[in-house]
Amino acid sequence: MRAMHKELAPLALTGTDSVPQAESTAAAPVETYNDKVVRRFMVATIVWGVVGMSIGLLAAAQLRWPALNFDTPWLTFSRIRPAHTFGVIFAFGGNALICTCFYVVQRTSHARLAFDKLAMFVFWGWQLCCLAAIVTMPLGLTQGKEYAEPEWWIDIMIAIVWVSYAVVFFGTLARRRIRHIYVANWYYGAFIIAVGLLHIVNNLAVPVSWAKSYPIYAGVVDAMVQWWYGHNAVAFFLTAGFLGMMYYYVPRQAGRPLWSYRFSIVNFWALISVYMWAGAHHLMYTALPDWTQSVGMAFSFVLLMPSWGSAANGLMTFKGVWHKLKTDPAVKFMVMALVFYGAATFEGSMMALKTVNSLSHYTDWTIAHVHSGSLGWVAMITIGSLYAMAPRLLGRKAMHSHRAMNAHFYLHTLGTLTYVFSMWVAGVTEGMMWRATLPDGSLEYSFLASLIAIKPFYVTRWLGGTFILSGMIVMAWNMWHTARDARRQGVTAVPVPIPTPTGEQQPAPLPPREAEPVVA
Amino acid sequence: MAYRHFEFIEKHAGLLGILTAIMVSLGGLAEITPLFVQANEVKAPAGVEPYDPLRLAGRTAYVENGCYLCHSQMIRTLRFETERYGPFSTAAESVYDRPFQWGSKRTGPDLARVGGKYSDAWQRQHLIDPRALVPESNMPAFPWLAERPIDIQQIQQSMRVLQGLGTPYTDKQIAEAPDMLEGKTRLDAMVAYLQGLGIDNEPHPTAVSAAQAEAAP
Repeated sequence: MRAMHKELAPLALTGTDSVPQAESTAAAPVETYNDKVVRRFMVATIVWGVVGMSIGLLAAAQLRWPALNFDTPWLTFSRIRPAHTFGVIFAFGGNALICTCFYVVQRTSHARLAFDKLAMFVFWGWQLCCLAAIVTMPLGLTQGKEYAEPEWWIDIMIAIVWVSYAVVFFGTLARRRIRHIYVANWYYGAFIIAVGLLHIVNNLAVPVSWAKSYPIYAGVVDAMVQWWYGHNAVAFFLTAGFLGMMYYYVPRQAGRPLWSYRFSIVNFWALISVYMWAGAHHLMYTALPDWTQSVGMAFSFVLLMPSWGSAANGLMTFKGVWHKLKTDPAVKFMVMALVFYGAATFEGSMMALKTVNSLSHYTDWTIAHVHSGSLGWVAMITIGSLYAMAPRLLGRKAMHSHRAMNAHFYLHTLGTLTYVFSMWVAGVTEGMMWRATLPDGSLEYSFLASLIAIKPFYVTRWLGGTFILSGMIVMAWNMWHTARDARRQGVTAVPVPIPTPTGEQQPAPLPPREAEPVVA
Repeated sequence: MAYRHFEFIEKHAGLLGILTAIMVSLGGLAEITPLFVQANEVKAPAGVEPYDPLRLAGRTAYVENGCYLCHSQMIRTLRFETERYGPFSTAAESVYDRPFQWGSKRTGPDLARVGGKYSDAWQRQHLIDPRALVPESNMPAFPWLAERPIDIQQIQQSMRVLQGLGTPYTDKQIAEAPDMLEGKTRLDAMVAYLQGLGIDNEPHPTAVSAAQAEAAP
């Protein structure tokens, strides 16, 4: 047990650091990491991030100034809203996840990515899926199910790319040189398996033409399948996948082993099993059977424990190195991401309580919650990981501009807080006004009165969005300059450290603190 | 489970994968399987017909334009909801809804029982230019609905597909669909769809209690 900890702790930290080489490799050609595909995914992450958030900013502006659709069908709020959600979740988030997953699985397995060509196919295939979805949805090609809008033929493309991705990931795990599979890879694995399952089950449909299809489910069943999908897309795409990211990059950047390895095991199994029960909390007080609503509420509440467990495990990993918060912007992003993760999961469990849900459902409170999770947790852990990983990928000691990273941190944090607070106030206002009654039992406000009341908050929300998008553009600029040398001369491929083939595979002890590569 | 047992799992990728797949499947199976069984027993209330071709074309336009992103069609079982929008929505009302359009956000009001609340002329004008009727509204204008004809072939093909999925369309209804849709715009269809919401899918009171008894015992 003790030995396990000693053995596993440094695994997360091996990275590009040297490890005793096996003697037999002297003559053999050197195996290198496949970072080419990882770099491409990194570029795609940033490009789609800017695209997806720009669409979001336009949508936010239209809610306050509806004339901004210019009476053009494909620019109208209701048509571009799916392009925004797909753009940020699946294009920005998806590329970030595949990018870091390919980086992490190689580093923690001490093996080159399996199937180079298939990995490149995953890259181009995923970009094609994202492009097809984001172009067709504003043109009116939609299945009409939230977060699963792309039509059947795009769904088939996504399924093919997803299976290829699974083959590359599990193929790499199969050729690993470290017997223990590191915790980050469990999360990435669960994310791949669950998202594949959800995607296929929810999108079963019969096509009418290339532009239209009908789901095999109808009414209540369609609602339950859709929210089982919708909720677990959050669970496995936006939570499990990004927790995988957290479990590698947080210990790596902190320069410390994970706070508790055993705690991560408990949290992993609890999280993946409990999440799948909670989808019904999206359908409280609806025509869904009562027992399903109650089960959904109970499991949503239980879910708080593994969620906070993961957040605590990440935060406690910084124990002893909190001083890095002063100097390392990547650490700032990671710590803030974990705080937002804890806050958003607490909020989510509370909103799943039926009494709270009766107020919050259908209002902008939901929008606040989603963005506290996506801008606070998902985007921040991604940005922190990108800042930690980019110099290593691009053969540089540090990012081009330290000040730009700090500026990005403050822009993003300020923007997220402005956004979330605006939508909280708007949402509670709507909820309170919709339920307010006069002494005689009649309703106090018209629906329109609640819209007029929240209009100022639609302006501040849009303002928050401009900060966030500006931050993303600062990051793109910083990355472009960090990649300058790499663009001119290319990058030397990093050789895979081959561990000594002993039974226990004890990697080298941690290098002394001074020798550690410092990003700054 | 002692730690050494877990160590075995984390050294074997295949086993880890299989156990993960089992754990993530439990919740969905437990909640969705009974619903499948129950939902198959929910029948359309007496007198409720599937969407006629024009209303189906309207529903297609409703989905295509993403109306569900701002309008719900699900009145919850809460007093302030029924006071504002009418009787709460039931499972039987959406048996023909593929996809369901309950929605998750009300930037605009619920539409489950909007049928008959406004005149056809009001609905047409409101879709073309919402702020002409409600100056404070933030609903986008959909002027192109009036300019675009219905894709008749697509609607007819849709009816065949829906028939295959179990919606009780007769072959005669499908054959006669083009006559009904001839010369109609998407705006005509959308108005017909909206005006039927909460009326044409409104079940008879006795059917409601029977359906509820089956759906939520």
